[in-house]
Amino acid sequence: MRSLLPVLTVVAAILAFWYVACIPMNIHFAAMQAERAGVPVTPEGMAPRREMGAIPLAARNPHIWAETWVQDKPRLPAPHQVAIELWQTTVEKKVTSKRSLVFHGWVTLSATLVGFGIGAVAGVLLAVGIVHSRAMDMSVMPWAIASQTIPILAIAPMIIVVLNSVGVQGLVPKAIISAYLSFFPVVVGMVKGLRSPTPMDLDLMRTWNASRDQTFRKLRLPASVPYLFASLKIGIAASLVGAIVGELPTGAARGLGARLLSGSYYGQTVQIWSALFATAILAAVLVAAIAAMERATLKRMGVGR
Amino acid sequence: MPLVIAAFVLWAAAWWLNIRIANGPAAGSQAAKLGVPAIFGLTLLAMWELIVRGLDLPMVILPAPSMIAERFAASLPILWQDFVQTVVKGALSGYVIGCLAAFGTAILVDRWDFLRRGLMPVGSFVAALPIVGTAPILVMWYGFDWQSKAAVVVVMVFFPVLVNITAGLQETTQMQRDQMKTWAASYWQGFWKLRLPAAMPFVFNGLKISSTLALIGAIVAEFFGSPIVGMGFRISISVGQLALDMVWAEIVVAAIAGSAFYGIVAFIERKVTFWHPSQRG
Repeated sequence: MRSLLPVLTVVAAILAFWYVACIPMNIHFAAMQAERAGVPVTPEGMAPRREMGAIPLAARNPHIWAETWVQDKPRLPAPHQVAIELWQTTVEKKVTSKRSLVFHGWVTLSATLVGFGIGAVAGVLLAVGIVHSRAMDMSVMPWAIASQTIPILAIAPMIIVVLNSVGVQGLVPKAIISAYLSFFPVVVGMVKGLRSPTPMDLDLMRTWNASRDQTFRKLRLPASVPYLFASLKIGIAASLVGAIVGELPTGAARGLGARLLSGSYYGQTVQIWSALFATAILAAVLVAAIAAMERATLKRMGVGR
Repeated sequence: MPLVIAAFVLWAAAWWLNIRIANGPAAGSQAAKLGVPAIFGLTLLAMWELIVRGLDLPMVILPAPSMIAERFAASLPILWQDFVQTVVKGALSGYVIGCLAAFGTAILVDRWDFLRRGLMPVGSFVAALPIVGTAPILVMWYGFDWQSKAAVVVVMVFFPVLVNITAGLQETTQMQRDQMKTWAASYWQGFWKLRLPAAMPFVFNGLKISSTLALIGAIVAEFFGSPIVGMGFRISISVGQLALDMVWAEIVVAAIAGSAFYGIVAFIERKVTFWHPSQRG
């Protein structure tokens, strides 16, 4: 709690900066509107204003600053506009409505969770195989590590379209993308975790005449848990990005990614920003859920703080 | 069908070979370490080729590797243009700007403890968010050309690098800092000679994570609007035309660019942090 005050200060500073940034970003449009409404604006006329930078224009017209925070389609919406839009599209809309962010969020979340589940389980299984088979380790591990350095997200549009052409639509293609994005981080983290017992620990197991299976269940598996959770957190964030990007190519009508895309098609900036914040909140909740599971698990294992 | 059977026979043979090498006397050698994954990768490619040809899969579902290689060789000029647009102009410039900005901010954060305690939780929080979602906004602000892609990359790499540099600058012990003080070192002398070198493993960790993020950001941002050149543009347009061989060719370029980018950062890391235990031996 020692850092509560600094954090609040930083957040407040960001919000203040955001409001100030709205002024130059939206001033041109605000000046035009004000002039139409008969409010004097310096300089007069569209043409000289278009030549002018946003900051000098804002400096000369302090009386229309307030107008920059209430526009319909601003270049940069003010924080309260985004907050109101978020509130209206989550709480006040029915969840079955096409304009409800809860609805779109659920479409994205379900694909994320299904894909993440598949990817995480497959990743753990492969990691167990890698630790037990030297051939598998030497064959697969370099590729798993290399896959972390390349933007494999790029094949997402292809998966969507190819599966679409064979008649598979909706949740499954997005889940596949989510699955392979979370798969590799989990493999790499889990292998690291299963290998984390020191030679001394392993020797101790051997002095107790532990079988390979016992060593695995009683030493390697518990030792891997912290590593597993660390990679699960990375994996679920990657899964969410995968599901969102998977919603872009077919111009999908549902999901948070579709909200981002349709917002950018129609210049609905407030919609883009609220969708962006919805994804951020979703990501934060998912990572926090994994972190809570991690704390509970480690506590039950007796190593938690 | 015989081709499909051949694929599985090949798989079994290659796997047997790999098991022999991995459990044989030469398993620890450098040649085995490179050879085993190479055999595995080549076998997968060969199986892919054989199965696609054996089952006569249509090109719109999965093109064979040979077709992808053909397309790659035939469209080198286009691929090069896309590479320059997306990687050099978009990703690389954004990466440099983002990392420098993060470095500058990290110094500020390091000087004021209040700022560190405030910004670090916010920074680690933001680093976990799907920042690539800012792409439609930044494309709207900076236009379709590479500037908007660079802006997305700046936002994407900024926080991971900032968090890592700041964590790294905390790495020195009280004893080491006291030693600098006994030598009457100024803040900047202590910074350049002790704390920054000590932070380097963390800095490079951030730089390596960001190298992948930069490419992802630049490619995905192009899905939201781009001029008629660029890897993301080519991928989305070729997917629309069901020209999947072109998509795969772009993915090959992305893979080469990604691993080269990462490799260069890792190489510099080895030169700079040669003293660190993880780099020795």
